[in-house]
Amino acid sequence: MTLLTIELNGARAAHDVEPRQTLADFLRDSCRLTATHLGCEHGACGACTVVVDGKPTRSCLRLAVMCNGQSVQTLEGLQNDPMMEVLRRCFHECHALQCGFCTPGMLVMARDILMRLPNPDEKTVRHQLSGHICRCTGYAGIVNAIVAAGKEIGRSKTNGSQV
Amino acid sequence: MKAAPFDYAAPTTLSEASKLLASAGMTTAAIAGGQSLLPMLNLRVALPGLVVDIARLEDLKGIEAARDGLRVGALTTHAAVEDGAIPGDIGRFMQRVASTISYRTVRNHGTVGGSVALADPAADWPGCLLALGARVRIAGLNGARSQAIDEFVRGQYATTLTADEIVVGFDLPGADTPLRWGVCKVVRKSGAFANSIAYAVSRGRGGPATVVLAAAADRPCLLPTVADRIEADESAGEPLLAAISKDVAAHVSPNDRYLTRLHTSTVMRAVREMQNR
Repeated sequence: MTLLTIELNGARAAHDVEPRQTLADFLRDSCRLTATHLGCEHGACGACTVVVDGKPTRSCLRLAVMCNGQSVQTLEGLQNDPMMEVLRRCFHECHALQCGFCTPGMLVMARDILMRLPNPDEKTVRHQLSGHICRCTGYAGIVNAIVAAGKEIGRSKTNGSQV
Repeated sequence: MKAAPFDYAAPTTLSEASKLLASAGMTTAAIAGGQSLLPMLNLRVALPGLVVDIARLEDLKGIEAARDGLRVGALTTHAAVEDGAIPGDIGRFMQRVASTISYRTVRNHGTVGGSVALADPAADWPGCLLALGARVRIAGLNGARSQAIDEFVRGQYATTLTADEIVVGFDLPGADTPLRWGVCKVVRKSGAFANSIAYAVSRGRGGPATVVLAAAADRPCLLPTVADRIEADESAGEPLLAAISKDVAAHVSPNDRYLTRLHTSTVMRAVREMQNR
């Protein structure tokens, strides 16, 4: 066992972990943070995407021990994030989820897309989202939701509001 | 989909890392971004006894101007290159290559050094760095060495690295010379292994040209006939196609008409993009 110290959703956390444990299993099994979903466990589906040191990361492709000293944010930690509030509403309004299994990863990635590429068009969103698999929606609703959220955030920025 | 047990060490110096990698009686693996190794661990294709995390080694970080070129640290991530961390024409060429590697989440952690050290025949960086004439800087228990990338990569997942050695970075020559470049990658689904990648670079009009085809053989290969053709007369259409066909046939059986056509197309598109730049 190795001692792992991280900043998890804004609070310091220390746990003993087995070196082979992925960040995803650490979050779900040791921390009981089950918003992070595990689909493929080899980097193909994107459901387990979390934020490590500000960067969206496949938590199945990272050992928990590799995150020692780093900051990790899961969807739970983004509950009050202003951009996530807009995204959540747009996902609802645009029917961007059905079963919801892929949604945590989609939301975390959508937030990163909007932070790096403000007000993206459909083509940009589709390219940026290509690492995330959804077996229900056919993607149209998800893409529409992210484009709509980008527009709304762009408008509120022009008006000088917070988001 | 859960890795078998292994030990883990996160050394802070190169010599410590080399000693750990050379641990007697044990299979060891270096890990940097882990974007190739983690799937192999999870699928139990790779079964190391000890994983040595080299992501904290300062010697492997940074991008700086060196004598007549650029020195790029092995830990430079694909995302950093995509976001413009490497300056000049070389940087713009590498930016384009980086932007089509897998997905952003993978690019955030995957490293240029890791890609070259693994030497997957369908990887993006070995072919790109071959086109740029890069040298690989390596450190191990016997000190440091440097080797041209076409000598470093020996075949599928095969390099000249010994167990204790680590790729430290890359020297890219000619940072001050204007570079024209083109690249064409065909991949059926983003994140999958490439079916074909072609790179064409030329140092000034009529200057030395290099054309590389990756994902066709067990390692990226130079296409010398095409490069000669470009240097001799850039505008030639039919002779260019003949030159591409000759070089592609050296690596792909002409009986496989799909692959022949695929590789011919990517090389032609890369050359055309370079010529139009």
